[in-house]
Amino acid sequence: MDFLKLPWLPECSDWVEKLRKAATLDAEELGGELRGLATARLDFLRTSKLDRLMQREADALRLQTPAAKRLRLAVAASCTVTHLIPAIRVGALRRDLWVDVYEAPYGTYRQALMTPDSELYAFQPDVLLLIQDPWHLVSGSRSTADDAISGLRACWQLAKQHSRCTVIQQTVLPVFPDTLGNNECVYPESRAERVRRLNEGLAKAAVDDGVLLLDAATWAARTGLHSWYDPALWHSAKQETSPQVSPLYGDLVGRLLGALRGRSGKCLVLDLDNTLWGGVVGDDGWSGITLGQGNALGEAYIGFQEYALALARRGIILAICSKNDEKNARAPFERHPDMMLRLDDIACFVANWEDKATNLRRIAKMLNIGLDALVFADDNPFERNLVRQELPAVAVPELPEDPALYASTIAGGGYFEGFTVTADDVARVGQYRDNAARVAELEATTDLPAYLRNLDMELIWGTFDEAGLPRITQLVNKSNQYNLTTRRYNEAELREWTQNEEVLTYQLRLRDRLGDNGMISVIIARPKAGEPDAIEIDTWLMSCRVLGRQVETAALNLLVEHARSRGYTRLVGIFIPTEKNEMVRNHYLKLGFELHGKSPEGGAVYELPLPGYTPFDHFITVREA
Amino acid sequence: MTQDAIEDRLTPLFCDVFDRDDIVLRPEMTAKDIEGWDSFNHINLIVAIESSFGVKFQTSEIEGLRNVGHLVELIERKLNAKSGY
Repeated sequence: MDFLKLPWLPECSDWVEKLRKAATLDAEELGGELRGLATARLDFLRTSKLDRLMQREADALRLQTPAAKRLRLAVAASCTVTHLIPAIRVGALRRDLWVDVYEAPYGTYRQALMTPDSELYAFQPDVLLLIQDPWHLVSGSRSTADDAISGLRACWQLAKQHSRCTVIQQTVLPVFPDTLGNNECVYPESRAERVRRLNEGLAKAAVDDGVLLLDAATWAARTGLHSWYDPALWHSAKQETSPQVSPLYGDLVGRLLGALRGRSGKCLVLDLDNTLWGGVVGDDGWSGITLGQGNALGEAYIGFQEYALALARRGIILAICSKNDEKNARAPFERHPDMMLRLDDIACFVANWEDKATNLRRIAKMLNIGLDALVFADDNPFERNLVRQELPAVAVPELPEDPALYASTIAGGGYFEGFTVTADDVARVGQYRDNAARVAELEATTDLPAYLRNLDMELIWGTFDEAGLPRITQLVNKSNQYNLTTRRYNEAELREWTQNEEVLTYQLRLRDRLGDNGMISVIIARPKAGEPDAIEIDTWLMSCRVLGRQVETAALNLLVEHARSRGYTRLVGIFIPTEKNEMVRNHYLKLGFELHGKSPEGGAVYELPLPGYTPFDHFITVREA
Repeated sequence: MTQDAIEDRLTPLFCDVFDRDDIVLRPEMTAKDIEGWDSFNHINLIVAIESSFGVKFQTSEIEGLRNVGHLVELIERKLNAKSGY
């Protein structure tokens, strides 16, 4: 498979025509067209063309993009990277993000990092991408892999000292020819071996220092180093990455930025016939489908199921969306001995004869996630195109004819890019399944209070701590719907508040009779500047899995109690509307706050007087962790 | 492929790289004659040609190109070598 061609994106035969048409639009209309243009298979020339159009209207487009979808990226490199920048902007656009890029002038990245008032820091980047070529890192005969790693760590340290940005470090391309051969590993002085050890050590150092990796070395191995790195271009232009690679490179950066902004997929929705097995279960019966050992095609489908299962194990929700009678569709899961996926692995199973767009909407609703969190895998080009047209928010990878390539295509597209695997991630499939059980019980009950009482809910609260930070960071950057301000903070920023006595921080977990929901809510309240009697809720977010469970009232009781004990008399809440958080528009009104005007960023400000506050009744037992 | 056919196929590549749609190539044209033909776009042009024609330029050729006519000859020679002439 040729990853450089972005095979998971659909071909667009009239792309040039569409671009020409888009170029005649005004900025507002153009904004709506750009993402579609970016979500097609593009070579480097087309990528540059699209970027030129974006840059022509940059000022207007930036203005009409909400703050949560804008990002400032600084790129600091030891080699030429100018040719990669357009593709980075397009890769981010594919994730619905507008990126402003600052590129440190060639050869100056170290000075830029060391100088507190450099242009790089003045740009106030949200993210810093560091790219160092192997000649730069492994020069001379005496510098070891460890020396190079220390040098990189010093760069990260500087960046963190002078800025609040998240650092992304590119891994080092293995460009040096070996001198010994297959057993180069016994000769640590060789440059080839030093680069190998450098990448090995880099991975550990990055985890320790909270730095993210852009794993160019692994991707170059996948595409073939010769197509990634062209010695003639290195000598002519100091490009370690060929312009041909730029569409893929830009997409790799785009998916990292997307993940930082919560744009990664959360759920893989799978078709059944000829996607999870060969043949049509409705015609062939569960025992007649092609699946299992002893048959090349049947093994290929097993391979794909194994990949889906591996995704589920690390927290991706699996759902089924199939045109079938439900009984027929379920039969292989229940009875076929070679099925890797079982009904237990599926959070939401939809098999009927309605169109797939309708069913995908239903799945998003049942799971309480946005349509843009869905990735839809279907072998049928008709269904794929229908969904792309009806639901442009859903990611629909182009699947190759051969099921043996399904897994690598979906993995290649980077739809589920992530940074951590938390205990909550691992438990997620179970949580969504438990939730389906709750929904079923809830539908059967007519007495809501009795239902809630019988759930034996327990809310466990704690302030921010080191153990909770990965999941807190994930929630702060991923939650879109039940999120009052959609303010995104990176781990370093959130860590600062663990040490700040003045800030009230909460991580909340919910357990009940049917299972542990994990960490489901994060709240941050800060003293209001210039108003010593008021404390302001900077962030209040909650997982939609626990909607309607009285968590918000229990949390408010807690918050009020603590605010009062610190002597505050007013609690201030802000609602900043986005495309996605309509459901919390009246959050503060429902909790008894009163509207108190507008905030500078266009939000609504609410206030709750603390002295007369009567705690809400609820059925949750609240305790400190 | 004849020199004319090569030139016909080069024209849209030049237009794409230099973001113009009115470029008419002549053999004596050099970088000075086309706006934006700097060292940055020169590399883009080379890579676009390599990918479109399925040929590869040597390090010395990338820097040693004299004009469009020379480029066409070079491509012709590479294509002929490929097809075994």
